[in-house]
Amino acid sequence: MPSKYTGLLFFAALCAAGLCGCARKQAAESGAKKIGLVFDVGGRGDKSFNDSAYNGMERARKELGIEYSYIEPGEGADKESALRQLASGREGLIFGTGFLFTDDINIVSADFPDKMFACVDYAVNPAKPIAPNVVALKFREQEGSFLVGAIAGLTTKTNVVGFVGGMDIPLIHKFELGYAAGVKAVNPQCKVIVGYAGVTGEAFKNPAKGKAIAFSQIDQGADIIFHASGSTGLGVFEAARERNIKAIGVDSDQYSEAPGYILTSMIKKVDVGLYETVKSWLAGTLKGGVTELGLARDGVGYVYDENNKDLISPETIKKVESLKRKIISGEIKVPSVKENR
Amino acid sequence: MSARAKTALLQLAASAAAVALAFLTGALIMLLVGVNPLAVYSALFEGVLLNPYGLAQIIFKSTPLMLTGLSVAFAFRAGLFNIGAEGQMIMGGCCCALAGFSLKGLPWLIHAPLCIIAAMAGGMLWAALPGYLKAKRGAHEVITTIMMNFIAAALTNYFVMARFHEPETVHTASIMPSAFLPRLAALSSFFKGSPANAAFFIGLAACALAGWLLWKTALGYEIRAVGLSPDAAAVSGISVARKTMSAFLIAGALAGLASVNFVMGYKHYFEEDFTGGAGFMGIAVALVGQNNPAGVLAAALLFGALSHGTLVINALVPKDIVLILQALLIIFVITFDGIARRYAAANFGEKA
Repeated sequence: MPSKYTGLLFFAALCAAGLCGCARKQAAESGAKKIGLVFDVGGRGDKSFNDSAYNGMERARKELGIEYSYIEPGEGADKESALRQLASGREGLIFGTGFLFTDDINIVSADFPDKMFACVDYAVNPAKPIAPNVVALKFREQEGSFLVGAIAGLTTKTNVVGFVGGMDIPLIHKFELGYAAGVKAVNPQCKVIVGYAGVTGEAFKNPAKGKAIAFSQIDQGADIIFHASGSTGLGVFEAARERNIKAIGVDSDQYSEAPGYILTSMIKKVDVGLYETVKSWLAGTLKGGVTELGLARDGVGYVYDENNKDLISPETIKKVESLKRKIISGEIKVPSVKENR
Repeated sequence: MSARAKTALLQLAASAAAVALAFLTGALIMLLVGVNPLAVYSALFEGVLLNPYGLAQIIFKSTPLMLTGLSVAFAFRAGLFNIGAEGQMIMGGCCCALAGFSLKGLPWLIHAPLCIIAAMAGGMLWAALPGYLKAKRGAHEVITTIMMNFIAAALTNYFVMARFHEPETVHTASIMPSAFLPRLAALSSFFKGSPANAAFFIGLAACALAGWLLWKTALGYEIRAVGLSPDAAAVSGISVARKTMSAFLIAGALAGLASVNFVMGYKHYFEEDFTGGAGFMGIAVALVGQNNPAGVLAAALLFGALSHGTLVINALVPKDIVLILQALLIIFVITFDGIARRYAAANFGEKA
């Protein structure tokens, strides 16, 4: 039974490797402040949420001189253990990217009271107070969605637009409500059709379902569809391409997913959120609790560049910019919570 | 020196060579992508073995692997390939959580054992169908168990999540505290912060029990006889169909039991993907462990250490490198083990 020894030998080899490496590692350490980041299931290269988080850290490294390390736990991995791993190291501020980290951050932050934790899209539970060392990093997605809704309302020819959500949860309702309000603000006659892909995490990675919902909305007359549904949205883009309508991307600029068919994208600047958090942490002003980034702090926005400038009229942009100013000044209040649910 | 001692020494050397070569090859790949292998290996060492949390993580991560490994090994002793440990573990976890949150007001002494039984029953149920199809209809268990894995994942995903999930999460409600397994942290501050829990002892007990069942009881003897030669077993009056069924049910119960570590000991709920692939990893654990309970235990500890090591060095190298290192280690260990055994058989006349 050689395997009896395999474990032992593995340990021995580890020891040897460790002894060789220790000296080198000490030398490599510098005085820079260190930050840890745990990616969501998608990991780097998702062209969206996780990549944006990575860009934010890279910017902080270059401009603020911090060091950072990250963990990509992958499918079904142990998020709590990953957070703990970073927290027990030299890292002083640890990020979890995604609402699925909420429970894990609550547990780990209690065991490391002298470290700061920040959770992107933290799901706030009104019954539970947020720990003093936890930053709930929220985005006012409803504000960015309002603006792309206004673009849709001004651009539609059929006076019917669609919305495809991923998982039916309050976080995604913010996109839906902001979008619908934006449409109605500029075009009260326009109808908004709403569909959700499901109630589980699966709803964010089901392109076939996204395509089916988009088709049914197109059949009901929709000529512009906004999605907030992760990779389910790729199905929406596919439907837009096949039936020659326009789609609106989410989280990052999704133009390249279906060039010519993406009217604009509602961008959520996770990189800005991370960068700002790091900055205030370095300044010593970072406090636990909810931090919300909206249009005012450049946390959300929409895409208008070389790629889509022929799809949106200059008058539309003018109107949208004035709406943006009104939201920032507080003149327009964008709804974000569904009633009676 | 006796032939036995020589064989043991040879195998020790073979394992050492395998591990060293795997690390060396891994180091070459790291150099190719511009990562300092010494920094990575030293972090691995510090994070896994020099720190109490790392050691506790080995215990925690190895517990389900031990049980799924046993599940695969047990079926293998009856000549069956149980590729379905993953699905059996999922169903076990689902039943365990259902029993955990729907039964209320029971004392721990009744509730916790009930949940453990529910976990075993769930796994058993999921193994019963492929077992029956194999025993009575001759349907190949590799295909049927793989298909049952898909069904288990989709069914629990749909049914549990649609009906029992907590809003804004992908998991069920929490089980009652009366069904929690105590954490090792409650025993000693050494384990502080670690999710290692009493399920580890369940795993150890299962290893001992499986060994006893296979080699000390009539049922075990008959199961092994069927595994070695179904025809010979049938001639000597053993019902092959019945033993096939028994082996599958026991394998299913063991795989179902693997879910207890997560559901009763760690998060206290059922979650999509909670297995972390432990069911599939169990196949590798059984293979490296030579389908032998003591070997499975050792292999599970090794894989547990690797699994935690993956996380430790993930901060330093891309995820892909870690996966490559893990696969290299398995390949080298299995290969060198084979060489050593052949050499021993040829030169010392020792059957290992």
